[in-house]
Amino acid sequence: MKPSEVAVLLDEPACTHNKKAKSGCSKPTPGASAGGCAFDGAQIALLPIADVAHIVHGPIACAGSSWDNRGTRSTGPTLYRIGMTTDLTEQDVIMGRSEKRLFHSIKQAIETHNPKAVFVYNTCVPALVGDDIDAVCKAATERWGTPVVPVDSAGFYGTKNLGNRIAGEAMVKYVAGTAEPLPPPAAAVEYAEKRGIKIHNVNLIGEYNIAGEFWFIAPLLDELGIRVICTLSGDGRFHEVQAMHRAEVNMMVCSKAMLNVARKLEDRFGTPWFEGSFYGITDTTQALRDFARLIGDPDLTERTEALIAREEAKIFAALKPWRARLEGKRVLLNTGGVKSWSIVSALQDLGLVVVATATKKSTEEDKARIRELMGPEAKMVEDGSPRALLNMVKELRADILIAGGRNLYTALKARLPFLDINQEREFGYAGYTGMLELVKQLALTLESPVWTQARSTAPWAALRPAAPELPLDADDLPMPLDDGFDMDDVHDHHAAA
Amino acid sequence: MSEIIKRSKAMSVSPLKASSPTGAALAFLGIHHAIPMLHGSQGCTAFAKVYFVRHFREPIPLQTTAMDQASSVMGADDNVIQGLATLCAKQKPAMIGLPTTGLSETQGTDIARLVKDFYRQYPEYAHVAVIPVNTPDFTGCLETGYALAVKGMFEALVPEDRTRVGLRPRQINVVPHASLTPGDTEALKELIEAFGLRPVMVPDVGDSLDGHLMPEDYTPLTLGGTPVSEFATLGEAAATIVIGRSLDAAADVLAERTGVPDYRFDHLMGLDANDRLIGVLAEVSGHPVPERIERQRAQYQDALVDCHFMLGMARIAIAADPDLLLGMSQFLKSVGSEIVAAIAPVRAPSLDDVPAEKVHIGDLEDLEIAGREGQCQLVIGNSHAVSSAERLGVSILRIGFPQYDLVGGYTRTWIGYRGSRQALFDLANLLLEHHEEHHLIAPYRSIFRPAEAFAELGPATPATAAGGLPIH
Repeated sequence: MKPSEVAVLLDEPACTHNKKAKSGCSKPTPGASAGGCAFDGAQIALLPIADVAHIVHGPIACAGSSWDNRGTRSTGPTLYRIGMTTDLTEQDVIMGRSEKRLFHSIKQAIETHNPKAVFVYNTCVPALVGDDIDAVCKAATERWGTPVVPVDSAGFYGTKNLGNRIAGEAMVKYVAGTAEPLPPPAAAVEYAEKRGIKIHNVNLIGEYNIAGEFWFIAPLLDELGIRVICTLSGDGRFHEVQAMHRAEVNMMVCSKAMLNVARKLEDRFGTPWFEGSFYGITDTTQALRDFARLIGDPDLTERTEALIAREEAKIFAALKPWRARLEGKRVLLNTGGVKSWSIVSALQDLGLVVVATATKKSTEEDKARIRELMGPEAKMVEDGSPRALLNMVKELRADILIAGGRNLYTALKARLPFLDINQEREFGYAGYTGMLELVKQLALTLESPVWTQARSTAPWAALRPAAPELPLDADDLPMPLDDGFDMDDVHDHHAAA
Repeated sequence: MSEIIKRSKAMSVSPLKASSPTGAALAFLGIHHAIPMLHGSQGCTAFAKVYFVRHFREPIPLQTTAMDQASSVMGADDNVIQGLATLCAKQKPAMIGLPTTGLSETQGTDIARLVKDFYRQYPEYAHVAVIPVNTPDFTGCLETGYALAVKGMFEALVPEDRTRVGLRPRQINVVPHASLTPGDTEALKELIEAFGLRPVMVPDVGDSLDGHLMPEDYTPLTLGGTPVSEFATLGEAAATIVIGRSLDAAADVLAERTGVPDYRFDHLMGLDANDRLIGVLAEVSGHPVPERIERQRAQYQDALVDCHFMLGMARIAIAADPDLLLGMSQFLKSVGSEIVAAIAPVRAPSLDDVPAEKVHIGDLEDLEIAGREGQCQLVIGNSHAVSSAERLGVSILRIGFPQYDLVGGYTRTWIGYRGSRQALFDLANLLLEHHEEHHLIAPYRSIFRPAEAFAELGPATPATAAGGLPIH
């Protein structure tokens, strides 16, 4: 990929970041950077497409420590869980045999697994030695008749966030619009006809089906007659990506990372889109209303309102006993920009008090939204370092830290209850039903008896001069872990500098 | 305080209980150069022997008074005398444990008198300690019989003299309950030794049944265990540590006879119990707490917070003898788990404090029913409970007796900060194994997606693109 092409990807007119002071994805600072590379971002953005063979073209470092994405789940094929890489050797690089190895790798993947398509992720070494993966993919497609799509995502192109966009770009450029959607099953058509419902087609962009949480939403959409043509990319299928152009509305799910996809689909096919989230009761309701609004079918609007009323009544009743347990508990939220307001609203739905939220990655709009939700006094944390977080916790008397997995052990070492809201988590929190899991996990850690034990000093210690308190220097604290698969970065336009 | 649900059905199905003579035999197996002889029919001994052989994977010295039809009807006193004389003559034991059984108790044996008769008839065997203990099969369980045997040994062998307390200032007596493993007692001894103290464990199953190869190729008696001579020193110790409420009566006898102050623990799992233990050892020894132990405590705390995500609110079903049930359930409670089923084979004081709504006196069928009702996610019990766990579709953590399908299960360490930490990890891992069934959101297949979307990809069929090829 040429620098000019990277620059084009970095310029995202539909993104608010473009106009603000914090424009563009800042360059990482050597010695003070966390987070993944463009390859990482591209791979995690597309890996959930379940019936595709995902081949990482490069030496072992790229795929070796990143394959087997357990966060996202599939209703069918599990091919995406199989790690494939050309595992380039020194000889391949020196003798210029890596293109050949790639070509044979594609053949092997097709012969062994019969994938619906093959995605080839380019990495630093082949990019540097000048492998023409576009040409190899084209030749392989012609040779075997299976679609082979190049994803030119060498790590040095930029951050993980850029990688997300490269991935989206590859889907729009090579795949979207290359096939028509399959007709819906007869049973579904009958279901709709019987009720006099018109089926409407939509896409979800940036929904990853973490822990299967989208399965809390899917039944509601089915009931309303909203057919998801394609989810990019949770539980996705190659053919569904091909048919993306047939949606009436696109929803950008709680994410700006693949904003380019929504914008280009709008440019090319005129599909309107909106941004929304499925976290929390308020946002889930809003998302359903936005679908109805943009589709503009009065019957759908009416049925949507009825469904919302029913589901909200149900979940509020189910949450009641939990609310009593959690009400008033103080939360310090450390997560990316857009997600922060979406989670704030979910927590407020549960009666928790969000005492502060991280805004390091937020735009002015995000901040305004947070102020709207949390009041003008809303405390915003710019410094997301472990030391700053722990100081905040103390100062604001927070009961729990809610953050990404990289902060998990920071919290635990400080003997602080913690909830993981990142992509590698094992519990789904989306939709109305997901709120029940969320309260359960919150109560589990908040009410756990382990904290008093973990904070207790040995009884015999009283007999000795007191030991110094918890470490106070930032240097004493563990560095944040880069967990490799971080929703913060998937979700946000800007990765941490 | 939990509600104790008494047995309400006629039949015990998949029994949890092992008999009290079996437990008494176990206590005697913890004495050096000893052999238990069950007063009953051959089967009483044979079953107990197989039970322990399979559990410990060791030869188990165990004899029988071999009551037959005639002696069962006409009186079996001679069997006892003859049996004792034979053992003394042939094996030269230091101690013979003499538990009764259901058969001899129903017949009405006076086992204590028989021992007196034996010494009268065979004064040359006066140096052999013969310990009679009334353990009818129809009362109590393994833990009960073990405690009775320990009490019997104290009554027979500990001199009544309260003037010698502390003459051995570094000695600390330890009386462990039946379900502490050889691994537990070893770990406990190491802890005590870390304070410069000398532990005398009575009995010491960990020394005799820890599974070690020895120079002798065969021995009809126990090798290892508490030497009989040690009973005379118990009154000179600085303190006694008693673990398990089942041993209260035995501990009372020891304290009464010797005047040695005792520290009683329900169990040694989790932070609170171990903090208290270390505190006691530091106090008794006057020795500072070794750094190594401080570190182990901090490691345990770290494991607690790491594991609380898996173990918090986890629904656990446990079946075990009362002391073990109390220890394990309090330990789990301390990390936030819920005990949805707690089953013990017999009523015992320990059950009152099991942190569960109800404790059933019952069997493994009760475990299964209560576990199912409580939607348990993990079963904790002996090897017999494996099939209960299978039917419930959950993992099992093996504890107690017998563990015949797990090599080395008999010797794992549960106590101390370290043993408790490993227990946390194992429990958490077992829950993770079955995470899928219990936590994962059930896949939902949208009615609008064609069946093709859900099909696994076949390896052999020729690939055909569903639509067009990519625009290269």
